[in-house]
Amino acid sequence: MYYEPVIGLEVHIQLNTDTKIFCSCSTLFGAVPNSQVCPVCLGMPGSLPVLNRKVMEYAVRLSLATGCKINNTSILARKNYFYPDLPKSYQISQFEEPFAEHGELVVKIEGQPSRRIGITRIHMEEDAGKSLHAESFVGKDESLVDVNRCGVPLLEVVSDPDFRTPQEAYEYLVHLRQIVVYLGICDGNMEEGSLRCDANVSLRPIGTTTLGTKTELKNMNSFRAVEKALEYEIHRQEMILENGGVIEQQTLLWDANRNVAESMRTKEYSHDYRYFPDPDLAPISMTAGDIEQVRANIPELPEAKRERFMRQFSLPEYDAQVLTESPKVAEYFEQTALRVKDKKAASNWIMGNLLRSLKERNEHLHQLKLTPAFLAELLTLIEQGTISGSSAKEVFEECLDSGKSPTLIVEEKGLLQISDLDAIEQIVSSIIEKNPRDVQDYLNGNEKVLGFFIGQIMRATQGKANPKLVNSILRKKLALLSK
Amino acid sequence: MSVTLEQVDVIARLSKLEFNQEEKSKFVEQFNQILQYMEKLNELDTEPIEPTYNVLDISNVTRPDELKPWLSQDEALQNAPRTKHGFFSVPKVIG
Ligand SMILES: [Zn+2]
Repeated sequence: MYYEPVIGLEVHIQLNTDTKIFCSCSTLFGAVPNSQVCPVCLGMPGSLPVLNRKVMEYAVRLSLATGCKINNTSILARKNYFYPDLPKSYQISQFEEPFAEHGELVVKIEGQPSRRIGITRIHMEEDAGKSLHAESFVGKDESLVDVNRCGVPLLEVVSDPDFRTPQEAYEYLVHLRQIVVYLGICDGNMEEGSLRCDANVSLRPIGTTTLGTKTELKNMNSFRAVEKALEYEIHRQEMILENGGVIEQQTLLWDANRNVAESMRTKEYSHDYRYFPDPDLAPISMTAGDIEQVRANIPELPEAKRERFMRQFSLPEYDAQVLTESPKVAEYFEQTALRVKDKKAASNWIMGNLLRSLKERNEHLHQLKLTPAFLAELLTLIEQGTISGSSAKEVFEECLDSGKSPTLIVEEKGLLQISDLDAIEQIVSSIIEKNPRDVQDYLNGNEKVLGFFIGQIMRATQGKANPKLVNSILRKKLALLSK
Repeated sequence: MSVTLEQVDVIARLSKLEFNQEEKSKFVEQFNQILQYMEKLNELDTEPIEPTYNVLDISNVTRPDELKPWLSQDEALQNAPRTKHGFFSVPKVIG
């Protein structure tokens, strides 16, 4: 029998606010343990949580970008469970009446029709702290707890069970990450856990519509890991069903080192969170006016930007795709392109040399000494024939290092391309005179000698002669000799 | 609806509390009394009434996203029975 996977995803998006969701403590990553805490996030009796306004605004942005319907009233609820990294013994989240519902994202995979993935709901909640178990300084009988992350704002995006392949799930995550980075609500930093994903998956015979028993996958710390864990779990379920077995509803933890998912062996009653409305927090109400105000300030999203780049700068789809993957690269390109005639050349330099250098130097775009204005200056120097292509690479590197203007670098290094007809003609003549045997060779029909001549001329000019001019003058002079 | 001994067991486990048989039986009785009392509310027709999520008639109690001083690590840990390297130390939980 052939089975069809049914996959749903829950993504936690860590918001890049300055302060936590219910208190004014810092959210900065990597601080000394328990140094960004207050009575509210430590769960001290008598402390009162107050909602961060920015979290509301960010929730509206994401809801609008995913086509969700924002509820007029939504409420914050307590999700009760005991764990040392949760000092209050409940997490403030949303259960009934989430912030927004019924949205969608369209996932595109090359060579396949687009897939519409429904979004069940988006709700806000607070993150828990961090507990350490395995580190060398943790004793055998203890776990260590850092409460800094407790109360960091999250938006949870729950998808409908609309994915049919692990690849679709992967592409959706990439797309969602791109959107939240564009919206400016999340830094998209995977290493710091700014996006985390749990998945659930079940199988059913192809052609049927009843859902099978699903399992939940947790502990994947990259989008590729989500894809791999799903592949593993689909295969595991397939084997069980093929052999007439039954799928047991359970939570599995992905082990990225061993590429296996293992049962968490928790008892079923641990899922009883006994949600109830948090009496410390007033309901959130959203009027059409509030929503429109946020909508007016939503930045251009990746898809719209891609299409605009193709239109405005006549870029091929591939270029527009690469340049809009990150809003910072897109901005860099746009600032460069607006200053030069040849937009495609700007695209080529950014996709090639610039992105490569960033990686090699492990630098960020905004730290670059080579600003868009400088890159535009360099491109104009090439366009006008002031410098040769090979010198351009040298100027580029020098500008990255020193931050001097390309024009200044060209002057200092004497890289001005020789485009003076007389000067080039003189050099060509002298090279021809010095190598009579090679001239004879050429006249006898050996075209390869041309390369030798060009090499000699470039050496004589330290690579500064305009290669196009050299080529045409050389051919002309040799042609004259043959007569 | 009535509460069973098994349900009391589950609630005790969720609350990380331990009780003997006698206490549990007493809870079954008490829980059922409470529920019976609540049943009275079901006699009212609440169909056209919105649920009350908060007794105060207010919404959007918010604050700006501005940093305020918080506790130092020493202050944060001062009431903890056990600490280590700036962490709270708690009995081992399996991750
Ligand atoms: Zn705090």
